Amino acid sequence: MSDTTQNGPMLAADGTPLKRSLNRALRRQKLRALMLIAPLLIFVLVTFIAPIADMLFRSVENQIVSDTLPTATEVLEDWDHTTGAPPGEEVYQALYYDLYLAAEARAHTRLGTRLNYEYTGVSSLFRSTGRGLEDLGEEYQDILEDADDRWGEGAFWYELMTGTGDTDARLVREHRARLQALENARLTGDVGFAPSVEIKELLPQTTFAYTDFAVFTALMDEDVVAEEDPWEGVYAGLAQDLETADLSGYDGPGAEALVAAQQTLAEQAEPINYTAFFESEDKDWVSPDIWATIQTYSSTYTGGYFLNAVDMQLTPDGIEMRPDGQRLYMVLFQRTLFMSLTITLSCILLGYPVAWLLANLPASKANLLMILVLLPFWTSLLVRTSAWKVMLQQQGVINDVLVWLGLVDDAARLVMINNQFGTIVAMTHILLPFMILPLYSVMQGIPPSYLRAAKSLGATNWTAFWRVYFPQSVPGIGAGSILVFILAIGYYITPEIVGGRTGTFISNRIAYHISTSLNWGLAAALGAILLAVVLLLYWAYDRIVGIDNVKLG
Amino acid sequence: MALTIAKPTSAIFAAGVAAVFGAFFGIFAGTAQGSGLLGFVAGGAVIFALSWVLASFMREQQKAARWGLAVIFIVAGFLFAGLPGVVTGAIFGVFFGWLIFFVASGRYRTGIPPYATPRQVLWHYAFRIIAGLILVFLITPILVVMPLSFNAEDFFTFTPEMLAFDPEGYSLKHYRDFFTNSDWQGALWNSVRIAPVSTILAVGFGTLAAIGLSQPHVPFRQAIMAILISPMIVPLIISAAGMYFFYSRIGLQGTYLGVVLAHAALGIPFVIITVTATLVGFDRSLTRAAANMGADPVTTFFRVQMPLILPGVISGGLFAFITSFDEVVVVLFVGSAGQKTLPWQMFIGLREQISPTILAVATILVGISICLLATVELLRRRSERLRGMSPS
Repeated sequence: MSDTTQNGPMLAADGTPLKRSLNRALRRQKLRALMLIAPLLIFVLVTFIAPIADMLFRSVENQIVSDTLPTATEVLEDWDHTTGAPPGEEVYQALYYDLYLAAEARAHTRLGTRLNYEYTGVSSLFRSTGRGLEDLGEEYQDILEDADDRWGEGAFWYELMTGTGDTDARLVREHRARLQALENARLTGDVGFAPSVEIKELLPQTTFAYTDFAVFTALMDEDVVAEEDPWEGVYAGLAQDLETADLSGYDGPGAEALVAAQQTLAEQAEPINYTAFFESEDKDWVSPDIWATIQTYSSTYTGGYFLNAVDMQLTPDGIEMRPDGQRLYMVLFQRTLFMSLTITLSCILLGYPVAWLLANLPASKANLLMILVLLPFWTSLLVRTSAWKVMLQQQGVINDVLVWLGLVDDAARLVMINNQFGTIVAMTHILLPFMILPLYSVMQGIPPSYLRAAKSLGATNWTAFWRVYFPQSVPGIGAGSILVFILAIGYYITPEIVGGRTGTFISNRIAYHISTSLNWGLAAALGAILLAVVLLLYWAYDRIVGIDNVKLG
Repeated sequence: MALTIAKPTSAIFAAGVAAVFGAFFGIFAGTAQGSGLLGFVAGGAVIFALSWVLASFMREQQKAARWGLAVIFIVAGFLFAGLPGVVTGAIFGVFFGWLIFFVASGRYRTGIPPYATPRQVLWHYAFRIIAGLILVFLITPILVVMPLSFNAEDFFTFTPEMLAFDPEGYSLKHYRDFFTNSDWQGALWNSVRIAPVSTILAVGFGTLAAIGLSQPHVPFRQAIMAILISPMIVPLIISAAGMYFFYSRIGLQGTYLGVVLAHAALGIPFVIITVTATLVGFDRSLTRAAANMGADPVTTFFRVQMPLILPGVISGGLFAFITSFDEVVVVLFVGSAGQKTLPWQMFIGLREQISPTILAVATILVGISICLLATVELLRRRSERLRGMSPS
């Protein structure tokens, strides 16, 4: 054509260079395809991928310790657990106020439960101490209120803490963040309080405790701070501050009351001692082991759950194996693998002849038999599981038949359920169609003439099968095996119902940790390991069979 | 095309083969009565004698011989064990009548190459029996559940009344329980409320995305496909755990919406797979022709593309529906008591207070799945027929 002889770029009908025009069309096509996919992609990302990511995140997340005891863990950082001595007074002081707020928010028991996974007994320690925290402050509260009624009035306290002059809004923000982390929720609303800078410098611990109180009262109880009497913990803070505070330069609200209180406390009260208080609550508090555990697990992220999932533990001295009696996950993983392999093997043994028969029968007969394979495939999983439960029971159909035939004595009925045998039989039955279908589709592609050719060349039946037919059916075995294995390894329902105690899988343990023991981190870690295994196998499946070759029905 | 011509075999051979089966079944009958050995010998001998007579003298009157044998067995069965004996006798009578002449006429050879040695013939049939047993293994559980659901007692095994075909032994009480018990009806209602909505979600999003994925130029096709298929690959317990954690973070845990979204996510891979498979065979020149004649893309989609891929869409939808309808693990974690579905109720029933109503529900569900299986099969055929019509 004459166009091609022209110099310069080829032009499209509208005069733009053809190359650009084509590119634009291609881009538009890509964009249209993506627009069609986008809604679903976003849907799956939100409803499915995000949950999986959340689970993976939970398997390493460990904010609870530093969220619940923020100051204590910070002060504890400098403590060296190898000395064998409990940490100093400043740690106990920080612990008191951290724990006080946590106890008010009822979050201390959660932390106790969390640390109990690592160190038995922490749970009850936290719970009992949480109940007794008020006692320390009450002592000082009584003395102060006896001397001057105003110490029992919320309004007086509010005036004292608000003071005159500049207020410190940052402290309130910090404490709001502290409470948010503790409650695991966003807290909105006005606190309606900010401590004065002057009083904060004069009475730091009191301000700390009072701000906790104010934030909690305003945001959680939704009360007016000025109308509420402060927590007992605030009095403990005041007692500590007044031991050393120099009140001479202070002339804000309640100055004379503070001076009087300093005097009263100096005369009537013992100096405050947090260590002694915690020791009296529970001797365990002065044991270095507890503190070593808290220190070890104070980081925001931990590999502790994964270590737990493989029967190891993170101790202050590093990673080590759990004691013999507590190792159960490796056994469980081994059992899961062993049973999945057994199920896969049984499926090969049972599926191969059926697939061979289906592939070698005339189409009309094969379709008829195919219904027998597809019917269980389409039947509800629970129907099949209940059927096996009914059949395998000691008073079930199989035992009844065996007894009737006289093969088994009525008194010695076989135990075929609630053990590995039951799980293997039921799951082999349930997964068998997943083996037969890929095998069948592979075997259909093997020309029967190969087998006849081998025989006509003098091969025996067995040789012809083993050397000619079998190698060609191996891809089908591979595809079916991986499919069955992937499905088996993550099964939950059937082992739960017919597995009893010895026939359960790792998935049952995951469910147990989610719904019964509430150790979500460990459940997530076990799930992450299982997911990794499945994805690895799936990758292999993709290499052997290809994702696009997944067919249904 | 039978290469092998059926040659009648000797009466002794036919009788011998039949006797092997007779002896085999005799063992069971014998053990049930107290002596396996006696049953073995008696079964073998009786069948041998009968078969020899039939194969020797009645080859020409096959029909009469088979009827006669059946009647003999039925009468014998009745004398031994009453009504159940009649059924057993009829089954065995028909079976042996068929077996004797199958062997005696030489018909058993027709499906096998003429050069096959006797051992190969034996293996041929042995193999069929093995494969048959495996197929029986596949459907026995379903076959056992159905009759047991009509049990008049609260037992999970066949009562003597049932085995005696006594009408007293059968009842519809478990079905009645299912239809009147508020727990079961509530569960059924929840399933009916959840499954269709999640199916619509899955089909709507899934079909659009499948059409997008089948365009010629899709960037990151592999990665997108992997993400969309992932709900099918990830073990359910892991999906359930992740959804439980995440949905409780965002307040969807224990809500109807949460369960619907979760089930829709699980059903999506099935829609994607079936619809993309249908689109593989889709002839693009049809849409171009439609555009050429002035149809806008929406009209083209609904008038040209949609009718052709509809079978794929519907069968994908059926898969999504059955996924949601059958699903128990995810709903167990994501749902709360208010979303208790039928499978959940069955799961509770199986784990805790095992009640035979489960068997009635199971039978109903098997019925439903047979209907769905038939629908999918019909749709597949229609789809293939449609594809055959369009030039490809």
